[in-house]
Amino acid sequence: MLKLPIYLDNNATTPCDPRVVEAMLPYFSETFGNAASRNHSFGWAAEAAVDLAREQVAALIGADPKEIIFTSGATEADNLALKGVFEMYADKGNHIITTEIEHKAILDTCKHLEKQGAEITYLKVNNEGLPDLKELEAAITAKTILVSIMYANNEIGVISPIKEISAIAKRHGVLMMSDISQAAGKVPVDVNRDGIDLAAFSAHKLYGPKGVGALYVRRKSPRVKVTAQMDGGGHERGMRSGTLNVPGIVAFGKACELCQQEMETEGKRLAVLRDKLENALLQLEQTFVNGSKTNRLPHASNISFRYVEGEALMMGFNKNLALSSGSACTSASPEPSYVLKGLGLGDDLAHSSIRFGLGRFTTEEEIDYAIQAVTETVNKLREISPLWEMFKEGADMNTIEWSRL
Amino acid sequence: MAYAERVLDYYDNPRNVGTLDKSSSRVGTGLIHVPEYLEVVRIQIEVSPARHVIMDARFKTFGCGAAIAATSITTEWLKGKTIEEAAELDHMEIVEALNLPPAKIHITILVEDAVKAAINDYRHKNGMEPLKAEAEEESERDYELEEEHN
Repeated sequence: MLKLPIYLDNNATTPCDPRVVEAMLPYFSETFGNAASRNHSFGWAAEAAVDLAREQVAALIGADPKEIIFTSGATEADNLALKGVFEMYADKGNHIITTEIEHKAILDTCKHLEKQGAEITYLKVNNEGLPDLKELEAAITAKTILVSIMYANNEIGVISPIKEISAIAKRHGVLMMSDISQAAGKVPVDVNRDGIDLAAFSAHKLYGPKGVGALYVRRKSPRVKVTAQMDGGGHERGMRSGTLNVPGIVAFGKACELCQQEMETEGKRLAVLRDKLENALLQLEQTFVNGSKTNRLPHASNISFRYVEGEALMMGFNKNLALSSGSACTSASPEPSYVLKGLGLGDDLAHSSIRFGLGRFTTEEEIDYAIQAVTETVNKLREISPLWEMFKEGADMNTIEWSRL
Repeated sequence: MAYAERVLDYYDNPRNVGTLDKSSSRVGTGLIHVPEYLEVVRIQIEVSPARHVIMDARFKTFGCGAAIAATSITTEWLKGKTIEEAAELDHMEIVEALNLPPAKIHITILVEDAVKAAINDYRHKNGMEPLKAEAEEESERDYELEEEHN
């Protein structure tokens, strides 16, 4: 039996896998010790649990456990990486290169650093959502200390050519940071193969709980250091003070372990479902996939349905179908997704977009339901859309005569 | 954002969606879009020439659910009114009827303008003067300013 509502917003967050919840439960009331308590068994047990989790988290991205700094999530890890590098490498320079379509945790941290004297280059991306590597290389100066480019984009799922990007950074002696939140656990990420020096991610995007994440900080060639942004007991090798969230970290570890085991099968299964969804919806006229279709997460799709507005579209099915739109009409001035604008989409298409994020628990039945619900709503709204009518009459959409009072 | 029940009702069952023959002398068309906003609102009225009573009103709207509801409810209101009565429409009546939040008020201004544009189109086709000077002032209407009041 199909259970409603259906959740297709797994880029925003994922449900906790029941196996993850099971793993973390003993660490609330039984094994509740402070991992920093060195003098009794409660502390030792907590520390052992954290050690195991650290190995599991590190293994998912091919890192050494010592290179994992636990945080409250990817936003904190992004902040620690950028601010920490900016402070630690102040002698070397003040220039950071990123892209226009990064997550706000990167962009807003960069804005903050600009006020502190940082120079930030925001690279443009092409219509596939990919930066130009020549532009990247040309942007590097003697003052450049960091390149920060996301592994996979949260709105369009497009995967950046991280290996090529990091090779350029390395050639110029610049550190490579990547927000891997959307990619970790979904596609193989290997910090050594990919040449990543710092990487931020969180548990709740990979079927773990909210409130826990990690920053990977390379220890060898080069040895990377970040200035702590949270002062206190000197936890996490002095880079992030604060009593460790043991149940959360245990859960994060378990979630990473499950992802590592199931990623390949899961990715294949979700790609089939995603393609089914996408191909069915592309049967509708004037419907477009946003971003690269080839370099993309297997579970993600972002589609624009021209001549209908995204929020209206979601209203047609949001009782039964949880999706996200690139259109935000909650404020009067329409500001569509900056990511889609960054791809060069006009306002009309950016406002007509819907993001589909499939996940571990998505079934084919749910996809069939989604195809039907979205198709029906698009058709219904196009019947109400004056733009659709004009388009069907063959009007030149650029020279419409609007009424004047 | 949670919408009022009435918005959902008009979204689910929009009244008076449709197209009238814009070349007919009995039909007035208002098609409104301003660059500041996303929405496109079209209202058409079919007027009985004897007393200038609106016999039918149809709409099509591109925009969010509130935009669809605001246009639809207005077409209901228009039917049976004379074009003089219809010209008295105040956009705040739509806001109140649908209990719209401040961020959606600009939509009702677009709807009001679409109604007035439709009336003027009809008047123009039938050799009548455009709506009184007040309407002309409104062409200078500052949409942004309206927003700031909210």
